[in-house]
Amino acid sequence: MARMKFICDAERCIECNGCVTACKSEHDVPWGVNRRRVVTLNDGIPGERSISVACMHCSDAPCMAVCPVNCFYRTDEGVVLHDKDVCIGCGYCSYACPFGAPQFPSSGTFGLRGKMDKCTFCAGGPEANGSEAEFEKYGRNRLAEGKLPICAEMCSTKALLGGDGDVVADIFRNRVLQRGKGAEVWGWGTAYGSKQAGQPPPGVKS
Amino acid sequence: MMRVALLIFSVTSAFALSACGDKPQSAGGVKGDIAPYQGADNRFAAPGWKAGDKTSWERALKVRTQNTQNEYPRTATK
Repeated sequence: MARMKFICDAERCIECNGCVTACKSEHDVPWGVNRRRVVTLNDGIPGERSISVACMHCSDAPCMAVCPVNCFYRTDEGVVLHDKDVCIGCGYCSYACPFGAPQFPSSGTFGLRGKMDKCTFCAGGPEANGSEAEFEKYGRNRLAEGKLPICAEMCSTKALLGGDGDVVADIFRNRVLQRGKGAEVWGWGTAYGSKQAGQPPPGVKS
Repeated sequence: MMRVALLIFSVTSAFALSACGDKPQSAGGVKGDIAPYQGADNRFAAPGWKAGDKTSWERALKVRTQNTQNEYPRTATK
């Protein structure tokens, strides 16, 4: 299996925020924390585009590089996860992330930052798969249930694709060929190191 | 003289060995994680694959991706 990846098709996203709602509902995400959100570029100008943004589970994740307590880890499926028992809430990952994915609950006393929270690709955390402890800290572990991220599965226009990188890239490639435009994928190069969906990074043979 | 030497030796030894009492600073790092194909400890698993069988899990996810995220096979004229 290839690495798990997200693709957001800006030609299709209608800014309905269904992905945001599905994510918050599925994982019981607290107020003030949005693991996923929809960003609109050139809002109000003809030709505006919307994209759904969350942790992209980067190939060379900058959050992992800057974490002073080494709380991040990458699974065999390429999903970047973190251990909330190790996180100290310093916020370095928030500064390093090009997608603004790390979120911090502000429920602590005197504005104290809590443990970092972010999209898990619906893969939970280090606790036992599907356990109550895992749900309390990270939300549902849909991958361990044989399912895909709820945001992608719930997307009404199928703008957001999530799953095996090769499969979602194939779906997107076919779509672009059918419509004859909109091959650009926002964030793909930043997250996975190649310019186009499904294309290997420069110098790497597929 | 012997007493002074013994005193100096004791103080030096205590100073030199002080680091040995440090607690290991290995609290950082991540605990192990269980691979998703091992299945979840609940009753919400999707059908079509067997917990612990990586190949069947991967195949089920690929089929699910096509079924839930690719509308072209469904809308294609037959």
